[in-house]
Amino acid sequence: MSSDQPRQSIYDSTAPSTDTRDSRIGEGADDRFNSKLREAFGSTPFILTKFDKFMNWVRGNSMFMLQFGIACCSIEMMHTYAIKHDLDRFGAGVPRASPRQADVMIVPGTIVSKFGPRMKRVYDQMPEPKFVVGMGSCTISGGPFQEGYNVVKGAEEIIPIDIHVPGCPPRPEALVYGIAKLQERIRNGESTPVVVKPYELEEFGDLPQDELVQKLADDIDEEDLVMRYNWADSP
Amino acid sequence: MSTGLERDPAIEVSEDDLEALIGDRALARDDHLNAPGFVVRPDDVQSVLSDLRDEAGFDHLANLTAQQYADRYESIYHLRKYADPTQEVSVVVPTTTDDPVSQTAEPVFRTADWHEREAFDLVGIDYEGHPDPRRILLPETWQGHPLSEDYNQEKPQLVTLSEHANPVQPDHHDDESDTMFLNIGPHHPATHGVLHIETVLDGETVVDVDPDIGYLHRCEEQMCQQGTYRHQIMPYPDRWDYVSAGLLNEWAYARTAEDLADIDVPEYAQVIRTMGAELCRIASHMLALATFALDVYGDFTAIFQYGMRDREVVQDILEDLTGQRLMFNYFRLGGVAWDLPEPREEFIEKTRDFLDGLPAKVDEYHDLLTGNEIFQVRTHDTGILEPEVAKQYGCTGPVARGSGIDYDLRRDDPYGYYDNLEWDVVTEDGCDNYSRVLVRMQEVEESAKIIEQCLDLLEDWPEDERTVQSNVPRTLKPDADTEIYRSVEGAKGELGIYIRSDGTDKPGRFKIRSPCFHNLSALPEMSEGEYIPDLIASLGSLDIVLGEVDR
Repeated sequence: MSSDQPRQSIYDSTAPSTDTRDSRIGEGADDRFNSKLREAFGSTPFILTKFDKFMNWVRGNSMFMLQFGIACCSIEMMHTYAIKHDLDRFGAGVPRASPRQADVMIVPGTIVSKFGPRMKRVYDQMPEPKFVVGMGSCTISGGPFQEGYNVVKGAEEIIPIDIHVPGCPPRPEALVYGIAKLQERIRNGESTPVVVKPYELEEFGDLPQDELVQKLADDIDEEDLVMRYNWADSP
Repeated sequence: MSTGLERDPAIEVSEDDLEALIGDRALARDDHLNAPGFVVRPDDVQSVLSDLRDEAGFDHLANLTAQQYADRYESIYHLRKYADPTQEVSVVVPTTTDDPVSQTAEPVFRTADWHEREAFDLVGIDYEGHPDPRRILLPETWQGHPLSEDYNQEKPQLVTLSEHANPVQPDHHDDESDTMFLNIGPHHPATHGVLHIETVLDGETVVDVDPDIGYLHRCEEQMCQQGTYRHQIMPYPDRWDYVSAGLLNEWAYARTAEDLADIDVPEYAQVIRTMGAELCRIASHMLALATFALDVYGDFTAIFQYGMRDREVVQDILEDLTGQRLMFNYFRLGGVAWDLPEPREEFIEKTRDFLDGLPAKVDEYHDLLTGNEIFQVRTHDTGILEPEVAKQYGCTGPVARGSGIDYDLRRDDPYGYYDNLEWDVVTEDGCDNYSRVLVRMQEVEESAKIIEQCLDLLEDWPEDERTVQSNVPRTLKPDADTEIYRSVEGAKGELGIYIRSDGTDKPGRFKIRSPCFHNLSALPEMSEGEYIPDLIASLGSLDIVLGEVDR
């Protein structure tokens, strides 16, 4: 069709046609946006609830996950995000590469000494409120590697964890269940007490002087952030 | 064995020739089960290794094992040939406990660079003349060497955050130049896990790359040294290369331990092993393709999901076979855990269905990936890895085969049932990121061929000969001081294990030769001088798994 020949429809009325809509929803008010929930409210369009409660409900249904692969569990985590299991169905499954855009961190793997401070930093970069799901046995206790010289005995030694999903690795279904449980807790406004005294990032100068600190005094600046692992104290 | 082209057989070097070549420099013999071993003085390392490489053709430093005995330290250089990996020789370098200094092998084999750093880090041997004597797996501030005899694991350790300083604050590495220092990782989507790459950029060009590994060093070797041969070690290999390559890894341990303890494997079990291993290879290569597309396109929704879709099918089949989706723990010394699932016909049909659908899926990948102009522009002629360089770094697997190195242990150092099956080794001469992807895609098809033949065999196997395990003693105690290095073709390349038995039911030393460790060490060669997006593409094409790099 050439452009100097306008389409026939232009000559007709340009008012929006509502025939289809009318036939679909029938007479009366347009209630396309009305849901079962709206129906339950009855005649009033207002809800009376606590704002906090409303926010928790919203939060639980819109969670951005941190794209955070560590070890074996991250393979199953990817499968949980991907087709077939599709975590997104539950309002929780868009992986964000930056911690600054994420609400939930799934820790999918073994934490070793070198990675501990980095994980703490990534966790700190996430905006509040933030939630953590520990995926797999390694994040609970170190799992099969618990006796290793370099393995942190559970992610909870470093950051607080809301939900632990056991397994080595947990199946995607298990992770989905863990996320659903987390959503339930968020909706109910529950929080988790931290049961372990976590390893902190501290300035090197603030550490109590002992043999180890004095030995490293030449290598590390006073202001440098360090994490001190007291392996003998580990559970 | 039908492997397509016949190659010139590498010239066989007899033990007498080797003895003559090394001559007076050999202090003694220390033979391993797999290879003759020569003990040399710590200051003869370079001359012996370069003679072996140049005169006798041992151009592949497969592995370096460091260990401590009660009275000495020992570095073992495991050499073999790319042309014929069944020819092996070990060079054993003892050093005293008080002063463990040995000459570096780095000028002869580039790959010794990382290996010797690891040996220093974990065992505590110093290598004189090493260009970069830093720790590699553990943090710089670590105290002690964890695999040495007198290490106390209970002692506290300090780890700093500063080595990974905020890249924005010290914007320039030094004030004089215009280069910019950029940290990639350890938390970064393109690093496939927790890898940290310290990069120096000049504009968009990469000037210097230094992969910083060890963020997933979970003491795999220590774990294996604490486990008994019979059952306690087998679960760990699943967790080295955890991209569904579990059975391939288990096979590495099974092969080594079976050769060490002289265990037979029934033929039927070998066929099941071969089939399972190739299913794992397909799953592993699918993930490599999917994540490579993710790296190159930044596309989480399309091609990545295609890869995941097909992996789900493979994982289903493997779950039927082994009972687990990812960590199979299916191999046993002397066979496999159990027979094919019942009803057998159903399992075979399901697997056949997958194989029947595979060609169409591969076509789909070719449409989406290799035939795509954008993809070709991104990957063609980038990340060049010349064969000579690849050999220097000990690269194996699809990375080496993408550089035209015809090296595949399934054919060259046969094990399992591969010898009796019809399949080809895939090589590409492009040496670039594109060739590496092509190799993986074709290997998927080759694996499918192998599985198909295994299924035929399994279907028609005589009902009374379906033995899945041979008789293996409950406790295995190989003779003291038996040493062996054995390898299999893992998903990423030559996955080898060195075991020294000390007469107990646990290994005295268990050393893992990881293909990813070598492949990753070649990254600077591939990416320096190229653009930074090509660095990401090169990293993706190496298909590393950090669990295996760091162990």
